[in-house]
Amino acid sequence: MKKNIFMDENFLRELSNELRKRIIRTSHISRIPHVGSCLSCIDLLVYLYWSELSLNPSFPSDCNRDRFVLSKGHGAPALFQVLGERGFFDIERLNDFGKEGSVFHEHPPKPGYIPGVEAATGSLGHGLPMALGMAIAAKINDLSYRTYALLSDGECNEGSIWEAAMLSGGLKINTLTVIIDFNKWQATGRSKEIMALDPLMKKWDSFGWHVQEIDGHDFSEINQSLEIAKAEKEKPSAIIANTIKGKGVSFMEDNNNWHYKTPNEEELNEALQELSEIK
Amino acid sequence: MRDSFAKEITLLAEKNEKIVLLSGDIGNRMFDKYKKVAPNRFLNCGIAEANMMSMAAGMALSGLRPIIYTITPFTTTRCLEQIRIGVAYHQAPVLIVGTGSGLSYSELGPTHHSLEDIAILRSIPNINILTPSDKQELVVQLREALKSDYPSYMRIGKKGEPSVFNENSNLGIGKANLLFEGDDILVIGIGPIISEALDARIDLKNMGINIGVATMGSIRPLDNDFLNLMIRKGYKKWISIEEHGIVGGLGSTLIEWVSENNKFSDVKVTRLGVPELFINELGNQSYTRRKLGIDKTGIVELICQL
Repeated sequence: MKKNIFMDENFLRELSNELRKRIIRTSHISRIPHVGSCLSCIDLLVYLYWSELSLNPSFPSDCNRDRFVLSKGHGAPALFQVLGERGFFDIERLNDFGKEGSVFHEHPPKPGYIPGVEAATGSLGHGLPMALGMAIAAKINDLSYRTYALLSDGECNEGSIWEAAMLSGGLKINTLTVIIDFNKWQATGRSKEIMALDPLMKKWDSFGWHVQEIDGHDFSEINQSLEIAKAEKEKPSAIIANTIKGKGVSFMEDNNNWHYKTPNEEELNEALQELSEIK
Repeated sequence: MRDSFAKEITLLAEKNEKIVLLSGDIGNRMFDKYKKVAPNRFLNCGIAEANMMSMAAGMALSGLRPIIYTITPFTTTRCLEQIRIGVAYHQAPVLIVGTGSGLSYSELGPTHHSLEDIAILRSIPNINILTPSDKQELVVQLREALKSDYPSYMRIGKKGEPSVFNENSNLGIGKANLLFEGDDILVIGIGPIISEALDARIDLKNMGINIGVATMGSIRPLDNDFLNLMIRKGYKKWISIEEHGIVGGLGSTLIEWVSENNKFSDVKVTRLGVPELFINELGNQSYTRRKLGIDKTGIVELICQL
């Protein structure tokens, strides 16, 4: 099993920037939405796949690989770019993104269609419970892998998230790490206004989790929080990653219209221009 | 049936280290022996069935053979989307056991009745639907389900159901059995309610009417060969009996089979099951069966009218 070793922040930043461009370009071509949600979590995904997860892209079914579940399945366009770039499949396959008959559409399909995808998600609230099952299975099967799930803040509306949170805390599944892409929006409004989401940290803490709050676009903070999570022996870990929906493109940042909107040609060019200027 | 389940699963877990039993906070002392045999492979998942179902899918995708056990409505309709996506779509080999099916918990009221589970799960691809009639059939199907690449839903009773099969019975997933030969009327049942048909058969025999009695065993896979054999044997009037709603269960399955196989000229299906209603005037299982006309007397009365 290959452990990822890159922790060069410049490398990760440039990679994220490049993948942001591909996500936006793909959204423009395929008319597939959720650009804002993808841009808020791409830094987290890049860190995980290049510096954290223990896995081998050329042997994606290794039984002791770390498990990553994209519980916020609408972030699939970001995940697909990451998996392709990371070498799980020929990146040329992404040319079919959004085309009729393609397996690359709005959500991750079940395992077996796209190497590296651990679970079909898209209906919110399913991924974390599945990840919990994978984490418990590691203990029963006497394997050392860790399990990660990336959630959205809106997803924390779902009761099944809190069912899983309560059981994980009760069973002290310390090999399970949840990262919440806390971009402060859900489909139709501010996540703290639609339901009583605040205080999010206290909620996870009260369910028996070790909780940290970080800047989800800062690779150094992501790194430190994941190291602390791995050192935690008693509790599952929740990392509340403060992010910006649409991060990286000025007119998309914190603008919830980009939950469903896809960029037209002018917007595409403007976004690509902005991202090209980022050093 | 549930005691046989607990006993058999203990034996199987002793031999197979991939078996994990997940309970939705029921079976208080029932699994004591199991817990001694496999203490790390018993999880009380609390009263949180949605999480339990998806979690089982995650476990099955990681090489385990999880078995979910709780009262039928809570392991089916309560967490339906988790079954549809986590279990069925992923083809995660989870065994879902619903205990106290149909009207087993009649006195507990509509919250604990399960009269829609087959209809709903039958519309979801990739999942076996097993309906054992006694503990012997339960044990055989349980063993097979744990070897299957597909998830299975098994609908069982509560306790004290009469034995139906003997050592010559042809038991297993997708295997129906003709328990008694008859003239041209055949009662086909699923689950422990088949005992009502067996009792009705004796009464009818005393009245000079000789009916056949069969158990279907599974709704999916359906024993097509058996149904064709019943037609060749000359059974022209089929009566389905099930402790399930009249919509979407065994009766509907048989009518669809007759239609799809173009057998309308050979056989007429009449359905006996629970009409489309919630039951508010409560009693025990026998009382409710009688009231709904799905007991021995109801079967006799229906056949006398044919």
